Amino acid sequence: MVNGCGGSQTMGELVQLTSFGLTEGEVLGALGRVKVRDVDYADLYFESCVSESVSMEESLVKRATKSVSQGVGVRATAGEKTGFAYSDELTKKDLELAADTARYIANSPSGTEAVPVPVRQRPTRDLYPIERVQAEVATADRVSLLNAIDAEARRYDPRIKNVMASFNTEYKVVIVATSDGTLIGDVQPLSRLQVTCIAEENGQRQAGSFGGGGRVGFQFYHEGDRYLRFAREAAREAILNLSAVDAPAGVMPVVLGGGWPGILLHEAIGHGLEADFNRKKTSAFSNLLGKRVASDVCTIVDDGTLPGRRGSLNMDDEGTPTGRTVLIEKGILRGYITDKLNARLMGIPVTGNGRRESYQSVVLPRMTNTFMLAGTSDPEEIIRSVDRGLYAVSFGGGQVDITNGKFVFSASEAYLIEGGKVTRPVKGATLIGSGPEILTKVSMVGHDLKLDEGIGTCGKEGQSVPVGVGLPTIRIDEITVGGTQR
Amino acid sequence: MNQHLQQRDGYSQLAVDLLAKAKRSGATEADIIIADGETFSVQVRLGAVDRLTKAREKHLGLRVFVGKRSASTSTSDFSAGSLDQLVAETCTLAKAVVEDQVSGLPAADQMAGEKPDLDLYDPTRLNTEQQIELAKRVEAAAMSTDERVTNSEGGDFDSSSGRVVLGNSHGFLGEYQSSSFSMSVSPVATDPETGAMQRDSWYDVQRKFVKLDSPEAVGLEAARRTVRKLGAKKVATQRVPVVFDAEAAGSLMGNLCSAVSGYSLYKGASFLAGQLDKSLAPEYVTVYDDGRVVGGLGSRPFDGEGLPTRRTTVVERGVLKSYLLDTYSGRKLGLASTGNASRSVGENPSVGPTNFFLAPGTKTAQDIIKTVKQGLYVTDLIGFGINMVTGDYSRGAAGFWIEGGELAYPVEEITIAGNLKDIFAGIEMIGNDLAFRGRIASPTVKIAEMMVAGN
Repeated sequence: MVNGCGGSQTMGELVQLTSFGLTEGEVLGALGRVKVRDVDYADLYFESCVSESVSMEESLVKRATKSVSQGVGVRATAGEKTGFAYSDELTKKDLELAADTARYIANSPSGTEAVPVPVRQRPTRDLYPIERVQAEVATADRVSLLNAIDAEARRYDPRIKNVMASFNTEYKVVIVATSDGTLIGDVQPLSRLQVTCIAEENGQRQAGSFGGGGRVGFQFYHEGDRYLRFAREAAREAILNLSAVDAPAGVMPVVLGGGWPGILLHEAIGHGLEADFNRKKTSAFSNLLGKRVASDVCTIVDDGTLPGRRGSLNMDDEGTPTGRTVLIEKGILRGYITDKLNARLMGIPVTGNGRRESYQSVVLPRMTNTFMLAGTSDPEEIIRSVDRGLYAVSFGGGQVDITNGKFVFSASEAYLIEGGKVTRPVKGATLIGSGPEILTKVSMVGHDLKLDEGIGTCGKEGQSVPVGVGLPTIRIDEITVGGTQR
Repeated sequence: MNQHLQQRDGYSQLAVDLLAKAKRSGATEADIIIADGETFSVQVRLGAVDRLTKAREKHLGLRVFVGKRSASTSTSDFSAGSLDQLVAETCTLAKAVVEDQVSGLPAADQMAGEKPDLDLYDPTRLNTEQQIELAKRVEAAAMSTDERVTNSEGGDFDSSSGRVVLGNSHGFLGEYQSSSFSMSVSPVATDPETGAMQRDSWYDVQRKFVKLDSPEAVGLEAARRTVRKLGAKKVATQRVPVVFDAEAAGSLMGNLCSAVSGYSLYKGASFLAGQLDKSLAPEYVTVYDDGRVVGGLGSRPFDGEGLPTRRTTVVERGVLKSYLLDTYSGRKLGLASTGNASRSVGENPSVGPTNFFLAPGTKTAQDIIKTVKQGLYVTDLIGFGINMVTGDYSRGAAGFWIEGGELAYPVEEITIAGNLKDIFAGIEMIGNDLAFRGRIASPTVKIAEMMVAGN
């Protein structure tokens, strides 16, 4: 290990401040310096992160990288104001400097106040108990994984001309010390395997991608030969797209397959329900609590407590245990996603969704794993119900304008539905709709809820955090499909 | 501060020492990048400070070659013990990957010699109160011009400065300082009749504080862009001419920039693979990447491998004349680097633009809109619906419907679709309104025809 801290701690042991070269007294001192009079809340977030990546292309595993970062973020909130400073040096002097910057937002930023001596805690559960941490997987094992993926994808079809794959791991050790008396640490492993294939036929090229991961150990990728399935799926999508016809344009019924198409929920309603936008009343969902925003077959939750999932956490980045928040219950808007600041200002519960990309970024209310609960319809029956429309099973990215509620998400694998049957594959197309309206047009929900494979990264205010989504097969009666053909 | 400056001056020596250590640990070649910087950002919302962020950070990236094998590492921990370990680990990591015949540093005789002063640094330091004042002014300007502006996502003022030191085992050692000042505001407007909200934003960013637009100018433009969206509606699905405003057209240049990146090309992952010296667009289309624009936001004296930056004509009179390359992707394609190695600490070099832009034409945006009887004026694009392998393009859009050469009403919840090859070939007119607010820029552009999907 390059860094001086973290090492091979597992959840079994309490994460120690000494691993950051600090004493409890020093941390308490800094906390007292930030939490001066009229600072409502202050916290220190210590983080050490080791990221590793190996990647392959042209059948050669030729790149390996490793990054180490460590630092502290110091934050004070007073009313709606946030003061924030961060440092990659962890001396007492650097902590004091950061504390002085953070408390600048207070009216009388001087002196120190006593803060409660924190109760040292560990999260009450362990959603990612990993024996042999990712950081300790030998590079040679990662290399052979990628080589096997290359062989599998090329074996799938000789038209596969290039295979690009990468395996990334992250091993994060965090400690949060708060002015409301918490000192809590967590060890947060994360990994992802990503495969992209390029297929070529008669001078035409197409790409296909697949991947997955989570807060899981290396053995996850070998369970049921998952890594080989990823390779075949990427190859299959590339080959399929070689024969794809142009997508239709205009309003039509769309059936979304289970799993990753849940990105619809993330874009269409998830962001709009983040508390910061609603406190500021800049969300299209502002003031809609208790109102109907979806058809009664839709119940949607955000759940950070699913074991091993990419979006899961034992605690959020403010030390609050994550939970399961019902966002929409049978079509009625029930709750927002909150962090401490916005929950306090809005007078609503803290949901354990205060997240940050790193010690260098401020906490924002963010999603964890967002999905729709299973319904009762048979997925095949849902497809049969459509005379002419689109069946979309895989997507690239999506985006939303929070204020007017318009969102897009782009299909990477889709088919025409003609006369109740799935027929030809079509080229990717962007779907566009309005967040507060689209779920009122969901008329059928399948019994086949599926969570995604563990690939999502959500961006907000320039910060990226890992998230999960999930969806059963659903029918949307009408949405605009952005193809090129009438 | 003094201690910090001293540290900074020590970075060149640190680079030299670590390169020597890498050699002793078995590296045949190596390069190192050390970056540090300070940032200060203020956000105000509804006239009060919302968020204040201050930080200083540093990072070091090391790339070693052991014969034809290589690895890259990075750290923010500059303690001697940690750096020794980093060097040893990087060499071990390199030995774990396979040989790559074209890997290696650029040739020694290609390294940047003269290092021009591109005027990238402004020593101006604003104190906290000054920055808060500027952020308040930009927001106040946005909120006071039209009563339909009812809310705000905030006004921002950010300043940052930093230094980059790059050295390699050929004996190259270079460094430069840069700064940036930026200001933005995101007003929210409410339709008095329907209560529907719209948000937009405007911004400016410059290396020199004095070059920034006034907060009042930025605020007014933000308000104008927001209020004009009120009452937006969908239009029917149809094929029409599409005018991209300068911001939206900049995103098309961004797409072109990705498509000419050496890495996409040698992997066969770009629709422009094999298109060098072929016609891409009409003869009035010329695109440059110019790393030597004085004061440019993408300018730098040398690239991420220490090669001199330069002005590259990417598209000359409609013909694709050059890709953007670093040493590795150039060797893969049998071409010389164009000095476009982009290096984020901890990553292998990749290819990035410097100042990448479509050369302006002579028409005003209004002249261009006048030529459209029925069509779309695009001001906003959302989503990622672009397949770089095929060039297929389908994105969410908002803007204005053009009727009889005039902007008739705002539109939203539509998509525009086509293929980038057809889009570039279909450039009919180019505006005279080129302005840089980033590394990629374009004037207004008219595309002959695209599919608009709506009702």
